[in-house]
Amino acid sequence: MSRVRSARGLLLALAVAQLSACATIEPWVKPYERDRLADPIMAFDRNPVSAAYTDHVYEAREGARGALGSSGGGCGCN
Amino acid sequence: MHARVRRLAFAATLLAWPVFAGVLPEERADVLYHSYDGGGVTISGPSVLVRKQAGKDFSVSANYYVDSVSSASIDVVTSASPYKEERTQESVGVDYLRGKTLMSMAYMTSDENDYTADTAHFSLSQDIFGDLTTVTLGYTRGWDQVRRTGDPEFAQDTDRRSYNLGVSQILTKNLLLGLEFESITDEGFLNNPYRSVRYLDPQSANGYSFEAELYPHTHTSGAFATRARYYMPWRAALSGQYRYYNDTWDVTAHTAEIGYTHPLKRGIIIDFKYRWYTQTHADFYSDLFERSGEFNFRARDKELSAFSSQGLRLGASYDIARQGWRFIDKGTVNLYLDHMMFDYEDFRDLTQPTTPGEEPLYGFDANVIQLFVSFWY
Repeated sequence: MSRVRSARGLLLALAVAQLSACATIEPWVKPYERDRLADPIMAFDRNPVSAAYTDHVYEAREGARGALGSSGGGCGCN
Repeated sequence: MHARVRRLAFAATLLAWPVFAGVLPEERADVLYHSYDGGGVTISGPSVLVRKQAGKDFSVSANYYVDSVSSASIDVVTSASPYKEERTQESVGVDYLRGKTLMSMAYMTSDENDYTADTAHFSLSQDIFGDLTTVTLGYTRGWDQVRRTGDPEFAQDTDRRSYNLGVSQILTKNLLLGLEFESITDEGFLNNPYRSVRYLDPQSANGYSFEAELYPHTHTSGAFATRARYYMPWRAALSGQYRYYNDTWDVTAHTAEIGYTHPLKRGIIIDFKYRWYTQTHADFYSDLFERSGEFNFRARDKELSAFSSQGLRLGASYDIARQGWRFIDKGTVNLYLDHMMFDYEDFRDLTQPTTPGEEPLYGFDANVIQLFVSFWY
């Protein structure tokens, strides 16, 4: 029984350590250093309406599907 | 009926893959004209996407999309009749921002004369680690009905599910990384009710005949993609992407892409992209079966054959309202031109008859045009 308690205590300590570790992660890129990343040219999909259509064309012509980022939709046309 | 029965038809069409979950998507309206021309097929139509914030926590969006199809593709020319049809797709979505969590829901319906599809989508995005990381979980559910023109008795259902996990990571002041995994599973009627496979037939004048294709009733796939975007020292962006795909029909595919975005003076942005794709064929695919009913499952869909393709894009955007105009903060006119080249490795061109199985391999080029205007308000 005491072994079980010890194990539980150890798990709890580890969990707390993990949580506190998360809480103390220092962002290595500060918010004021993100101006370049916020530039519209850095967007993965700058124009959602175009990205969705483009993915739709790929999915219609190719056997592969999914994980296209913007998730294209719709038909595939013969 | 659009031959490719693979429309999980994500309502997530409306939802860009979020880089930061702690903000609502931009308020903007887009009006796009699209045109695809290649392999005897032309498809064109509009797409209108409008997004508006409601209060400070909600954003709503709506999309209207049309495909007008005129098809005389290689399949149609060799075993059916050219056709014209129209598909209309409508979708609505809502996003709710609470702290650093973004919840998104969308619903889409797609309709054409012999196919309807309803799709619901839900996703949850969360910023963590000082907003350096955004994790997104998504679930999509689709209900399709396949019909057949001229056969009022024919109606088959297909159920679709998709599970999506995405991570966006800020690596440095100049570098963004994205990872995404998506698993899709379909169950029901998955083949095209019009398409045929061909088999050797000594009784036929040309040495072969056609019979209906027959697919398994389940299909599960997994795709893993990684993409990166790097800010160049002279205000430009370099991008790269790789995707690995595999499914239970034994199709394995690789996709690689590189891109470059370069702003010029006077509000002009130029985009270049090169894309390469290759896949193996499905295990029940054959260009020419030995005899009728040779296997339990059979397909001669060129999208399930072994092939590779390459694509080039040139795009340009011009900011037409840099100083704003009335309630409009910014407006752009955009033109994207894509040229795609497809080379099939085991799909033959039956329009050039010779000994069955020795026809030249098929290939075609396609041109895709996107012309659209966008307004931010």
